[in-house]
Amino acid sequence: MPLFKGFFRRVWRKYKATLHYIGGITVLLLETIFWSFVPPFRRRQFFSQVYRIGVSSLPIVFLTAMFTGMVLALQSAYQMQRISAQMYIASLVALSMVRELGPVLTALVVAGRVGASITAELGTMKVTEQIDALETLATNPVKYLVVPRFLALLVVLPLLTIYADFIGILGGYIVGVFKLHISSNMYLNMTTSPLGLKDLYTGLLKSGIFAVIIAIVGCYEGFRTTGGAEGVGRSTTLSVVTSFVLIIAADCLFTALFYFIGR
Amino acid sequence: MIDVINLHKSFGKNDVLTGLNLTIDTGVTEVIIGRSGCGKSVLLKHIIGILKPESGQVIIDGQDITKLGGKELNNLRMKFGMLFQGAALFDSLTVAENVGFNLIEHTDTDKPTILKRVKEALSLVGLYGIEDLMPSELSGGMKKRVGLARAICMRPSIILYDEPTTGVDPIMADAVNDLIKVLHDKLEVTSIVVTHDMVSAYKVANKIAMLYEGKIIEVGTPDEIKNTANPTVKQFITGAAKGPITGNENFNHELLTEGEAR
Repeated sequence: MPLFKGFFRRVWRKYKATLHYIGGITVLLLETIFWSFVPPFRRRQFFSQVYRIGVSSLPIVFLTAMFTGMVLALQSAYQMQRISAQMYIASLVALSMVRELGPVLTALVVAGRVGASITAELGTMKVTEQIDALETLATNPVKYLVVPRFLALLVVLPLLTIYADFIGILGGYIVGVFKLHISSNMYLNMTTSPLGLKDLYTGLLKSGIFAVIIAIVGCYEGFRTTGGAEGVGRSTTLSVVTSFVLIIAADCLFTALFYFIGR
Repeated sequence: MIDVINLHKSFGKNDVLTGLNLTIDTGVTEVIIGRSGCGKSVLLKHIIGILKPESGQVIIDGQDITKLGGKELNNLRMKFGMLFQGAALFDSLTVAENVGFNLIEHTDTDKPTILKRVKEALSLVGLYGIEDLMPSELSGGMKKRVGLARAICMRPSIILYDEPTTGVDPIMADAVNDLIKVLHDKLEVTSIVVTHDMVSAYKVANKIAMLYEGKIIEVGTPDEIKNTANPTVKQFITGAAKGPITGNENFNHELLTEGEAR
């Protein structure tokens, strides 16, 4: 049964590789948390990362959230009109943006944009021996490279999420008021009344978890890059794919968790 | 003194170092020669503690660097300067920030003093007025010299050179060789130079060691190496394509001489 044997060997190898990956990610996460609390704190690098990750992501987050808000309003109008319940469109847009789409879409956009660039940058540093050079200069690469990116993402992603929530609701408002002719007052009222503080902070908590995923996966893939330009390309792709999968899985897990806790 | 004892290292199934022994006395320039990919850079990275061996020891002035971690390792590393093959300058920092990296990161030196030390280090490698440039604006040879300036800025007592003359033109290669000699004479540093450039090896070395199949197979002064009886060493230093090193390799030139051109 050589076919059978080969199959099991492949499964075993994949299994080992997965365990290795999980172990590596966990160690990097713990190291990063440890070094986050050890002075000196690199304010300059932190703020430059905040700018690179946050400020320059504003346009794409704006576009994504705006269109999503508009589409959400249009799609629900299609259904709601049948039962003459158009005024609930506002609540639907607000709740789905704040609880679900704001955090997840922002995280996916940032994973594609920032996670990829983190991996490409660190991966290039790895293959050109810059990470080795850091070590020879008595500097811990996790402290110097990972911590500023990690902290910046942890601060910026929730802020971007709040921004996306607002823009998404604005998109819904534009469609609701100008296309579906719901009165402005009524729309705003129906937006704010169902929203509780809990909706906001569960969304923000999720986005904090997504930030950890993007930073750690991005840096880990960068650090384990080998094999020149091709290797950098490969690990950048892997970084984005892994972040996407983990973000969506974590979203499902935490949404379920909040659902059962909230009851 | 640097003492490498019975060092073993493999990557996957590939055994790179197989029980390597080497002693380097303080103040000596030791050149390690060997073919590309034979593990010379791997040896250097073990000496400075970036790679950890499977077994064996690397004793630097009485401390085993393979057993150290954290703060102790970093303190020991402050004694070292290392020039990387591709210079490994930090792309996101200016030349001055690269050269003064250690001073900025690990000391409380004020800015004017740092700039003064940076300019000194750059002038040692013959570069002036490029402090504010980015590494991407430099030529290959200049990058290498900036990398060297970064390595010597903290006045290390041990300098490691990974192929210092590869990728620079012959004139600059000679200038780099002179620099290695001057640093050795003036600062009395211990230098370890990894290279396969025999011109450079003869010029800078107090001692030459040949690395072959994961072990040091011969150590001697440049003259002793030139007059070696070992056929493997002889083939390498004379640069012959045929000999014991390439015994199993087949350069299939017959393809070109047989038959007509296609």
